[in-house]
Amino acid sequence: MSHHIVETRHLKHIYPDGTIALKDVSFRIEHGESVGIIGANGAGKSTLLLHLNGYLSATSGEIIIGDEPLTKKNLAVIRRTVGMVFQDPDDQLFMPTVFDDVAFGPMNLGLSREEIETRVNEALSRVEAGALRDKPPYHLSNGEKKRVTIATVLSMLPEILVLDEPTNGLDPYARRLLIALLKGFHHTRIVTSHDLDMIFELCARTIVLHEGEIMADGPTLEIFRDNELLDTCRLEKPLAMQDCPVCSPGHRPPPEQPPLVEPHDGNPHEHSH
Amino acid sequence: MHMADALVSPAVGATFWAASAGIIALSSAHLRKELDDRKVPLMGVLGAFVFAAQMINFTIPATGSSGHLGGGLLLAILLGPSAAFLSISSILMIQALFFADGGLLALGCNIFNLGVFPAFIAHPFIYRKLIGRVPNQSRMVFAAIMAAVVALQCGSLGVVLQTVISGVSSLPFDTFLLLMQPIHLAIGVIEGVVTALIVSFIYRARPEVLECSVQDRPIGELPVRSLLTAFLISAALLGGVFSWFASEQPDGLEWSIAMIMGSEELPETDLKAHEALTTAQEKMAILPDYTLPGEAGRGNNNHRVGKTVSGIVGGALTLVLCTLVGVVLHRKRQG
Amino acid sequence: MLAIDGSLLDFKQLDLMALRQTALHRLDPRAKVLTTLCFIVCVVSFDKYQVSAMLPFLIYPVVLIAAGDLPPGYILRKILIVIPFALLIGLFNPIFDRQVVLQIGALDISGGWVSCLSILVRAILTASAAIILVATTGFPAICESLEKLRMPQVFAVQLLFLYRYIFVLTDEGIRTARARQLRSFGQRGLGLRHFSSLAGHLLLRTWERAERIHMAMLARGFSGEVHSTRRQGHFGKREVIFTVCWVALFILLRLNNASLLLGSIFTGSM
Repeated sequence: MSHHIVETRHLKHIYPDGTIALKDVSFRIEHGESVGIIGANGAGKSTLLLHLNGYLSATSGEIIIGDEPLTKKNLAVIRRTVGMVFQDPDDQLFMPTVFDDVAFGPMNLGLSREEIETRVNEALSRVEAGALRDKPPYHLSNGEKKRVTIATVLSMLPEILVLDEPTNGLDPYARRLLIALLKGFHHTRIVTSHDLDMIFELCARTIVLHEGEIMADGPTLEIFRDNELLDTCRLEKPLAMQDCPVCSPGHRPPPEQPPLVEPHDGNPHEHSH
Repeated sequence: MHMADALVSPAVGATFWAASAGIIALSSAHLRKELDDRKVPLMGVLGAFVFAAQMINFTIPATGSSGHLGGGLLLAILLGPSAAFLSISSILMIQALFFADGGLLALGCNIFNLGVFPAFIAHPFIYRKLIGRVPNQSRMVFAAIMAAVVALQCGSLGVVLQTVISGVSSLPFDTFLLLMQPIHLAIGVIEGVVTALIVSFIYRARPEVLECSVQDRPIGELPVRSLLTAFLISAALLGGVFSWFASEQPDGLEWSIAMIMGSEELPETDLKAHEALTTAQEKMAILPDYTLPGEAGRGNNNHRVGKTVSGIVGGALTLVLCTLVGVVLHRKRQG
Repeated sequence: MLAIDGSLLDFKQLDLMALRQTALHRLDPRAKVLTTLCFIVCVVSFDKYQVSAMLPFLIYPVVLIAAGDLPPGYILRKILIVIPFALLIGLFNPIFDRQVVLQIGALDISGGWVSCLSILVRAILTASAAIILVATTGFPAICESLEKLRMPQVFAVQLLFLYRYIFVLTDEGIRTARARQLRSFGQRGLGLRHFSSLAGHLLLRTWERAERIHMAMLARGFSGEVHSTRRQGHFGKREVIFTVCWVALFILLRLNNASLLLGSIFTGSM
């Protein structure tokens, strides 16, 4: 496996009940790139991610990881190369202690006890969770859990990291820590999120999905400057790119919405701040 | 319906531990061959679900009292017999350890009573047979009620037998039976209804969930054979214990029948049984008391009575001593 | 319905206790499991009329609570919960067993009462042994020692999964039950239909969670076999001393009524 390219060619996925989740998705991600995948709920982001480690098989189209197209035969290798971190940490921390969880991957790879020990310690120190080694997962905070889930994948020494909504449910401090952590990785990173500010900070390139198709694929800044694109895809600019509503009163108002409650005395804009 | 260690004798406890451990081993071996690796997380997580569901009480119609889901039959329907049995055993183990709900020695009995009957008897032989090829709501309810009733009746019979053979409780067999069975009949009906309601909910929402257990190996193949072997072994062990105990009476069989029939001379039969139970209990105790075997029976009681005052004084002193030791050690730890 | 909150917190507390670092906690779990089992068998092997002979066995829970730095009040509360259930059956004994076995002054005490008391003492002793075992060893360690004693791996794996997800699922259960309770406006009690609907939803979410867990397992190379991280347990000198001493004491106490001896010295009726 060289260059660890992630490529999809005309990827199509139709679920058993007939839903067309992905219509025709093609992109190519080079080694070391940091790519954000954004889109409305139901756009197909999660479905796309689940193809990247072979959990779902495509209805048509190809996926190429490294040099090899993804087939049933090389699934084991792909799953070592592509480290996937899912949304809910409770789904991924299923062993009695943190150590056991982080060791789960290496053990499936058949490594020796000493190697496993080394890998676990390294992975945990990478995410600054060394002190949590012997703790049971349900006694951890959300932020700690998220970091440990990343460690569970790091211990397999992947080339490509795929993260599904990593900052979901984190308090501001934990979120900061996580973003800093992810910035420091040199792996190819593919991140889906609704946290547009994180994508803005972390990803130089962004792919916009809308109803199973790629609407845009390019530098993050350009994508977030395209107002029409963002409106069509039920997105908006990250807060960092929006005008501050306190400092600059000429701030673009949100799209027109009907009032939730009929005004009392016929005066539609009478309300207090 | 959990048996407590306080009511169980070492012999009964050990016997059922052996039986349950054996069936656990057999079920595990069977599941290994099944190779459905989705079941690995599923068994544990569904067990946790039943555990959580048991904590939510509902009111029983027409009585106003509260009840909770047993879950054995539900697990059997969702997972198939072997997986369900392992799941139920785990739940009981956690309850015994964390909630002292059922003792550790009695765990074998509880696993047998609450696991074997729903998973290996009620589900395959009653529920599956009654539900037929094409289940509909009313069939499901009927099948579930029948299966749950049978499972619970067998289970409570198990409790009665185990308690009586252990001999710690003075409850006579027939009284105990008359107490337990009707109550568990009612509980069985409720359990069946709730199970059926949940299953029909699943059937409407996501029917493929129910197909998981239908794909289990059909009846008549390996699992039933090994199950029968396990039953025969436990039956032999049980039979040995029971006959040893029954043979204390000169007319063992008549006595048993008289017990079950109940009689007008309840105090008398009861006294006889009580004596027999005490004798049998002494015989079965692993480390017999320091009194000589010949003193078994009434004589022993007198011998003991004489020492009772010292016993009471000594007992009180022991309590005081233990508390003192505890306090001292505790202080030492703090300081 | 808030009972579920209470018992869950209790459970968590007991679990946290197992993480403490006293010398007792650090002993190999097999020593503690064996000692506990021996304790229970000895206690349970007493015949139904023994009471005073069982009391010296209290020394085991007392010493362990101190050695393990466990909160005595908490343990006592948990044991007291067990008593009503034991009494439920035990109270039948005085009804059926009216033969007087001893007299204290003018008071006739029947065998039934003695055996009832015996059941009570048994219940207290065995319950305390179980709880203390968990509080000083922790559930995963107990499973490991059982695995070393040849418990099948399939069973052990799903046992640990169950344990792991109890907290998650009971949390979900609490939230759902609470949400329903807040919308029931004084109508006490949960009917069968509503319960089944609640349980059905919870079940489906649980099923989906199991699918996601499986997904996560596959993503980390799972191919059917869960390898156990069997830590090298060390059954060394300390464990041997611990086990041998306690078991010897249990056997000694079982064969000799220490309370009787003590009392006889004081009342001089030997």
